[in-house]
Amino acid sequence: MSRPLTIRDLPREERFAPGHRMCQGCGAAILMRHITKAVPKDTIITQATGCVEVTTTLYPETAWKHPWIHVAFENAAAVASGVEAALKALKRKGVIPESKDVKVLSMGGDGGTFDIGIQALSGMLERGHDVLYIVYDNEAYMNTGIQRSGATPFGAWTTTTPVGKVWRGEWRRKKDIISIALAHRVPYVATVNPAFLPDLYEKIRKALSIKGPKLIHAFSPCVPGWRYEPELTIAIAKMAVFTGVWVNYEVENGEFRVTTPVPKRKPVEEYLKLQGRFRHLTAQEISEIQKYVDEQVEHINKLAGKVVIGPVER
Amino acid sequence: MKLEFMSGNMAIAEGAITAGMRFFAGYPITPASDIMEYLAEVLPEKGGLVVQYEDEIASINAALGASWAGVKSMTATSGPGFSLMVEALSLAAITETPVVVADIMRAGPSTGVPTKTSQSDVFQVRYAPHGEHLIPALAPWSVQEAYDLTIKAFNISELVRTPVILLSDAVVAHMWESAIIKDVNEVEIVNRKKPSTPPNEYMPYKPDEDLIPPMANFGEGYKVLVESLAHDERGYYRQSNDVYRKLIWRLINKVKRHIDKIYDYETYYLNNETEYLIISYGSTARSALAAVRDLRRKGVKVGMFRPKTLWPTKEEVIKEVTKDVKKVFVVENNTGKMVAEFERYIKKAEVVSIPILSLDIPTPEEILEVVSSWL
Repeated sequence: MSRPLTIRDLPREERFAPGHRMCQGCGAAILMRHITKAVPKDTIITQATGCVEVTTTLYPETAWKHPWIHVAFENAAAVASGVEAALKALKRKGVIPESKDVKVLSMGGDGGTFDIGIQALSGMLERGHDVLYIVYDNEAYMNTGIQRSGATPFGAWTTTTPVGKVWRGEWRRKKDIISIALAHRVPYVATVNPAFLPDLYEKIRKALSIKGPKLIHAFSPCVPGWRYEPELTIAIAKMAVFTGVWVNYEVENGEFRVTTPVPKRKPVEEYLKLQGRFRHLTAQEISEIQKYVDEQVEHINKLAGKVVIGPVER
Repeated sequence: MKLEFMSGNMAIAEGAITAGMRFFAGYPITPASDIMEYLAEVLPEKGGLVVQYEDEIASINAALGASWAGVKSMTATSGPGFSLMVEALSLAAITETPVVVADIMRAGPSTGVPTKTSQSDVFQVRYAPHGEHLIPALAPWSVQEAYDLTIKAFNISELVRTPVILLSDAVVAHMWESAIIKDVNEVEIVNRKKPSTPPNEYMPYKPDEDLIPPMANFGEGYKVLVESLAHDERGYYRQSNDVYRKLIWRLINKVKRHIDKIYDYETYYLNNETEYLIISYGSTARSALAAVRDLRRKGVKVGMFRPKTLWPTKEEVIKEVTKDVKKVFVVENNTGKMVAEFERYIKKAEVVSIPILSLDIPTPEEILEVVSSWL
């Protein structure tokens, strides 16, 4: 098939039921809707504590049509390891046929992945379980009320990195979870963005076709946490890509490929000015963020071996 | 001294600042997160530091480290987070590290009903940490008491060199009331005892007459050895019954020796005519007291006892307040836990457990109904 996939090619069947309590315009809700379209019907999902978990499973209701298990905050990857090992054992003992291919999907937010869950994630990647782990990254602990996490970007306001005389929002840079995963020599890692759904769909399908541990890092705008109007979710997700703040790429068996090239970048303030969490930033702080993004783009271009993300055009 | 309108969690933060806490290590969890959020805004201005760590394990261990660096430190969490902290609490017990841990109880087990209240951690704080220890726990019932008991928790931890648990709950945490906030010079502040011996004679775990060793911190010129193995007075690991028994009994007895400074309670309508006694603590005691007043209006000779200190129990006090009563009702928002502790000391009166599980607090009507059926 040479024609590129479009949104019309995605499955029509909805496996993420409506009626959940996620916010209007929630980035993670869009992600969950399309992730569940991309994974087979009998995929077993393990989910860490977080926004998605609490808002989709208010007793006695559930938004999940897949087999789904919520565990504690820190151990979604460990439970996925156990589920995958159990499937192997059941096949070995002939309880389920060898030919039956049940996928295991594990999901967590940035807090449950970058911070408290990283030990379990590292163990799962190291042991080589055949599990796809997807982290939906809304760049703070949104479920408990917007506290910073290891994924909070430089300059962002959160309730535990407030803006005042002494502090100016988060003063550390975001943790590079992709490099951490790659350090485990896993066969596939990728980044996805809710504004680029066919790309997201293809990456999940590809990840599931590869045996071994896989990690997908998903950009997940958060209306209350990032302080913007609900209709701007996709605009912000797009602008993240157009400014180079977020780059859609994949690394398959060490081979690096940018899936959304950006020949001409927009200045980073185009992305920052859409969000209230950055509204305190001074011109100097914005230029510092621009410098960080430039560094990241340079690194990406180096990995790609050519200029896939172009220079800033004002 | 000033009167402020604030929430119970803000009062804990303010109490900690008054007590001299300058290092807060935390991790988000409902309903405790707003302690960290509040401190993140106000503590830097006081020259203090608020650090959000990657999990509860890192948070409490950072607080222990800060304490050994000479700073009063604390962390705050709720039931599931507390479960992750218990290993470090045992470490704090054997290394005799002053630290305050606020556990804002929510309805468990596990994620349970995270935004709602409960009193189900009363045994967790006492018995979850492994090994031998006697870690004090205080339970406030109002915003004012959240402030006062936080200061008391720091004072106990500094005086006795022990971790102290501040056992609040979701109702006290998010209730708004007026509270009197004091200046540092208007309240008794206890600071850890420093060594008076020259550095070459200092032994880090050699107790004084009061069973508490003076505490030298890092960088003060003393040899500081923070040892988690069972150690002698020098801090060296010794695998012997003598050393082990001496250490463990001292860790227990130093807390018991200072019980008068630790134990606190309040009684209501208690006199020699009282026939029935209701025991209740924390937020549930607010409803229990209303029920007591209703019963008294009906002519029932009932009084109330409210321990502010849940652990350890002062045996003499329990015996004293129950000596003339016929029946004791222990009203709590769990499946009946502290009743077992009180029952150990009540020999004459009949003890009735009144466990009322309620995601808000048990209402006075609920308490009234159950208690009335036992009169």
